[in-house]
Amino acid sequence: MMSHAAYVIASYAVAAATVAGLILWVLTDGRARRRELQQLEAAGIRRRSAAAPAGERE
Amino acid sequence: MIALFFRDLKLSVRAGGGAMIGVLFFMTVVAVIPFGVGPDLNLLARIGPAILWIGALLASLLGLDRLFQAEREDGSLDLIMMQETPLLLAVLVKCAAHWTATGLPLVIASPFLGLFMNMDEGAIGATMVTLLAGTPAITFIGAVGAAVAVALPRGGLLVSILVLPLAIPVLIFGVSAVYAAIEDPAPFLPPFMILIAITLFFGVIGPVAAAAALRHSAD
Amino acid sequence: MSESSLAIRKFSDLANPTRFLALADRVLPWLAALTLLVFAVGLWLSFATEGDYQQGETVRIMYVHVPSAWLSMMCYTVMAISALGTLVWRHPLADVSARAAAPIGACFTFLALVTGSLWGKPMWGTWWVWDARLTSVFVLFLMYLGLIALNRAMDDPSRSARVSAVLILVGFVNIPIIKFSVEWWNTLHQPASVIRLDGPTIDPEFLRPLIVMAIAFTLLFFTLHIAAMRNEIWRRRVASLRRQAARNAGREQLSP
Repeated sequence: MMSHAAYVIASYAVAAATVAGLILWVLTDGRARRRELQQLEAAGIRRRSAAAPAGERE
Repeated sequence: MIALFFRDLKLSVRAGGGAMIGVLFFMTVVAVIPFGVGPDLNLLARIGPAILWIGALLASLLGLDRLFQAEREDGSLDLIMMQETPLLLAVLVKCAAHWTATGLPLVIASPFLGLFMNMDEGAIGATMVTLLAGTPAITFIGAVGAAVAVALPRGGLLVSILVLPLAIPVLIFGVSAVYAAIEDPAPFLPPFMILIAITLFFGVIGPVAAAAALRHSAD
Repeated sequence: MSESSLAIRKFSDLANPTRFLALADRVLPWLAALTLLVFAVGLWLSFATEGDYQQGETVRIMYVHVPSAWLSMMCYTVMAISALGTLVWRHPLADVSARAAAPIGACFTFLALVTGSLWGKPMWGTWWVWDARLTSVFVLFLMYLGLIALNRAMDDPSRSARVSAVLILVGFVNIPIIKFSVEWWNTLHQPASVIRLDGPTIDPEFLRPLIVMAIAFTLLFFTLHIAAMRNEIWRRRVASLRRQAARNAGREQLSP
């Protein structure tokens, strides 16, 4: 029975690692993109549709 | 349309085309297998049909990436798209030409390779018939992959990766029909009929999807 | 006017990426919190319940394995619907959705394969069986990887979207054929020696955590999917702004 517990733990560990990796990827990707957008905005480049910086959020 | 068929045929049979290379590749793959599994004739006879099928599958994927790419490079693809005959039909004709140039030689070469594999006459005949019925399906599926990858500079390997999973049913029914023909208890016709059904099905799906992909990648 | 026209307006409102971003900002924290909550309940349930008398502790692997297998299929369905949206309605968010879903689907398919393999070792004595179900999931995994490779290889997002939508739909049509053929192949080559876990005969003791975990995984998928879609929209914005900046810079140099 002990050896079977190892399989259970291993499968939960793999699941946790995969899901954590996925979440981490989404988060870091989002943060990097947001930073790029902010850099561009700071450089004075804005979308045509958003004349005022507050226009993004209606 | 007939002119297009013969033009494609001529282009691929000519030196630069992939028709002969496909057959050569097929022969090389089949010739290499015995070195891997050993010269046991009984074993070779048993796995022979499967090896012939896998070899044919790989060989017919080999020239697929050129199906639309050469036309795109010299601009004749745009001409084909602007004709009043539907693009669907043109794709179908191009597939037919491609199959005649690369698929048919594989079917013709398969009996000789079957002899090397120590297969008996029934097995060789069955393999040949199933290859004849099955390789068009591979060409039709491959046309979708080729149309999708037409815009890519180095799409050749990608086409194989995209197409191979989709071609699994063809392989399964082709090989199982051959084995059904060799081993008495299992009937030959059901898997063979399903193989033909798959070919016809992809004969519809393939050109439709390939034409859609071509049109979308153009504009 | 009527309910349906209002619904259509709502739907096309959603097509505006800015609106979608605002909505995503509002929905995501709630969705994430809900996911965490259901996961906590699901994990507690799956460790609190008793082990099966036959399978012992390994039955707990099912609570991870079955939901991820379910997600691997649902994700492809979501991608197919998005592909249809790209090709038929030209919905601008549809290709974002399809593109964002592919890596998530590949991850869950991978998870289903690995946990299935870990379950198979103690139960069947081998890591891998060429069983019909396992094989078709493996083929699905290959298809996901091919689609991701295709998305990576194309640089122009609007063109690659429609082309890969065609491929997604062809794959979707193919999945039943592959499933059927693999089942045929399996019965031909292998006697039914594999222990099958038939759906309705599952004890309610196991069914409850399984359902909770399935809901938790589904919520997780939607949370990740919306977040990944948001990232993708941002990525495109950055790219288009960079292009715009380069164009402006060029113009300024030309006319001083």
